[in-house]
Amino acid sequence: MMQAELTKPSLATPQHPIEISGSQAVLEAFIAEGVDTIFGYPGGAIMPIYDALYDYHERLKHILVRHEQGGIHAGQGYARSSGRTGVVFATSGPGATNLVTGLADALIDSTPLVCITGQVFAHLLGTDAFQETDIINITTPVTKWNYQVTDATEIPQVLAKAFFIASTGRPGPVLIDIAKNAQLQKFSYTGYTKCDHIRSYRPKPIVRKSYIEEAAALINEAKKPFVIFGQGVILGRAEEEFKAFIEKAGLPAAWTILGLSALPTSHPQNVGMLGMHGNYGPNVLTNECDVLIAVGMRFDDRVTGRLDKYAKQAKLIHLDIDPAEIDKNVKSTVPVWGDCKETLPLLTALVHEKKHTNWLQTFHNYTREEHEIVINQELHPASGEITMGEVVEALNELTKGDAIIVTDVGQHQMVACRYAKFNESKSNITSGGLGTMGFALPAAIGAKFGAPHREVVAIIGDGGFQMTLQELGTIMQAQVSVKMLILNNRFLGMVRQWQQLFHDKRYSFVDIQSPDYVQLVKAYGIEGNSVDDRKNLKEALQKMLDSKDSYLLEVMVGKEDNVFPMVPQGCSVSEIRLK
Amino acid sequence: MKQEYTITVYTENQVGLLNRIAIIFSRRKINIESLNVSPSEAEGIHRFTIVINEFEEVVRKLCRQIERQVEVLKAYFNTGDEIVWQELALYKVPTDEVAEKLQVERLLREFGARAVVIRKDYTIFETTGHREETDKLLAVLAPYGLIEFVRSARVAIIKASNGFHEKLKEFEAVEPASELIENEFLNKQAEVFSM
Repeated sequence: MMQAELTKPSLATPQHPIEISGSQAVLEAFIAEGVDTIFGYPGGAIMPIYDALYDYHERLKHILVRHEQGGIHAGQGYARSSGRTGVVFATSGPGATNLVTGLADALIDSTPLVCITGQVFAHLLGTDAFQETDIINITTPVTKWNYQVTDATEIPQVLAKAFFIASTGRPGPVLIDIAKNAQLQKFSYTGYTKCDHIRSYRPKPIVRKSYIEEAAALINEAKKPFVIFGQGVILGRAEEEFKAFIEKAGLPAAWTILGLSALPTSHPQNVGMLGMHGNYGPNVLTNECDVLIAVGMRFDDRVTGRLDKYAKQAKLIHLDIDPAEIDKNVKSTVPVWGDCKETLPLLTALVHEKKHTNWLQTFHNYTREEHEIVINQELHPASGEITMGEVVEALNELTKGDAIIVTDVGQHQMVACRYAKFNESKSNITSGGLGTMGFALPAAIGAKFGAPHREVVAIIGDGGFQMTLQELGTIMQAQVSVKMLILNNRFLGMVRQWQQLFHDKRYSFVDIQSPDYVQLVKAYGIEGNSVDDRKNLKEALQKMLDSKDSYLLEVMVGKEDNVFPMVPQGCSVSEIRLK
Repeated sequence: MKQEYTITVYTENQVGLLNRIAIIFSRRKINIESLNVSPSEAEGIHRFTIVINEFEEVVRKLCRQIERQVEVLKAYFNTGDEIVWQELALYKVPTDEVAEKLQVERLLREFGARAVVIRKDYTIFETTGHREETDKLLAVLAPYGLIEFVRSARVAIIKASNGFHEKLKEFEAVEPASELIENEFLNKQAEVFSM
């Protein structure tokens, strides 16, 4: 009688307690949490869960990756394109340790993930058993929360906590390590209850009206107010609230690379990118504004440059959901603790309607200068080798800014973030905080599963592509449509640029060779093409986008092109170099 | 200026939490001078007492990072004058030597020490107090063939605290009370809000 129920599971709220295994309880939890896709790789210690999955394959899609790092980056891509929690399976030992880079990446970029790792039998813990590793202690610094399950009866509550913690407040990765005996253990299951409260965990600080009032007063008095925003706007699903706020108060707004796409590129108050390779105006004017309003961003050193010369003249209003971010790097005048979905409308209600036309014009003047010295040459070169910028610009024309752009790490990432156009939120997926080369290819696979109706283009350098190219196998097998655009400069370009500028052109081990990418993807049954001539570029991009299936386009770009503007390390944002 | 701070952390009783808290310090290469974990006044809630030498600014940030941990309810930091604290020390000395050469009675009186065990071969004294006090007795006993010495971590009571019972009720409420103070550290710094 039970057996029939178990093979066609629908156990969400059983009338009477029923006997199920810990493994089934894991999958029931996924279904109750609305999980539809799992990225994973099986192995000895997680076999009972995979065995249970065999019966759930109609309700839970499992994507077999080629390496656990690929699995977790795919989970991140899924989470970032869908706004939901990514779910990853790995086995014990090496399977689990292969997740570490992705966990660190997800923690620093606040990506909600629930990772399940298998663990050896509880009685073998600490005996150096086959594929045993202390993954709880290894991952403690790189997870928002982690927990080891040794008894199946804990599974429903622990998974409920895991999904709650991963997705609320400032999101982050959670790892649940489940001993094999707990996966196998049968227990009396009474159903799954979602978690909505943990007494020691308050995802959102309480909004304090007095701070909102003080912040509004500062904004209303400001002559040169300037908004800088980060991923908090996207994670808080507060894009509309943010737009209403800056529009009412007439505030120019610049983004961090993780905030990119929260505000459409074409918005008249979107003045560009902050930071080391950001736009000229936003960097220089950070040190000229009188009130700086930071929304859901954390003042990374790549954004601030030298801290003791950062916005010293300005009063700072900092909106953030994570109290630990307030005053961490830059001291705030008024801290607005809370979820920006709640705080922004309160602020909008109190700010006066204004235009700040002249101030906004100052940004446009800087933009004009940047165009003359940097951008025009980058996007529309008349001769010479193809530039990364013109590839991105040509892509913009063809996608009209509707594609999800996934980038890896390095020069191509900076160029893509600078020049890619976006109409929709959650369209820019990149490894911002950790700077994980090899992120883009697996993240693009996940992004496509997270947003199946959108075009996903992964822009990747020749270095980063070679770090995780085993995931071509995943693309082949899962038949997922990912457009891979390799910008090949035959160098580890960003390191080479620094060696050129700061190490007397001593090009130490940055000269990297590539395989024949077209032949390589052919071996996986994926079509590809390579261009090195400007006149074939647009047509080649069009062919890539027209393809129903995955497609790889390699574009040979300038070997020693540099990304400018640049705030050299240790310099103030005012000292940004245009060349 | 760097000075000694005592950090008091109220937490759930959870395996692995000690590591989660310890790595907040070790990641920043900050040495923990003393660490004690014990039950607290509130049932089921544990209390960490951590002593470090740091700048106030750094300690404030550390407390925020500690409070970020899912199983931490609250972290406070205090200077020495805001707390009452004690450490306990045990001294094992050869009985014959000490009985012969030292005026044990005077010793017990002067240092508020107790003899915990007296055997033919050795005697164990115990004293509690501040570091200087337990150190003083150590200095006295050292020349007489001190066999073993150990000092406990600091335990501390915050003078201004009303205990954690009321706070815990606020944490247990699904909707936090509006009067729940979120940022008492900032409240102390009225000058920050000079508008």
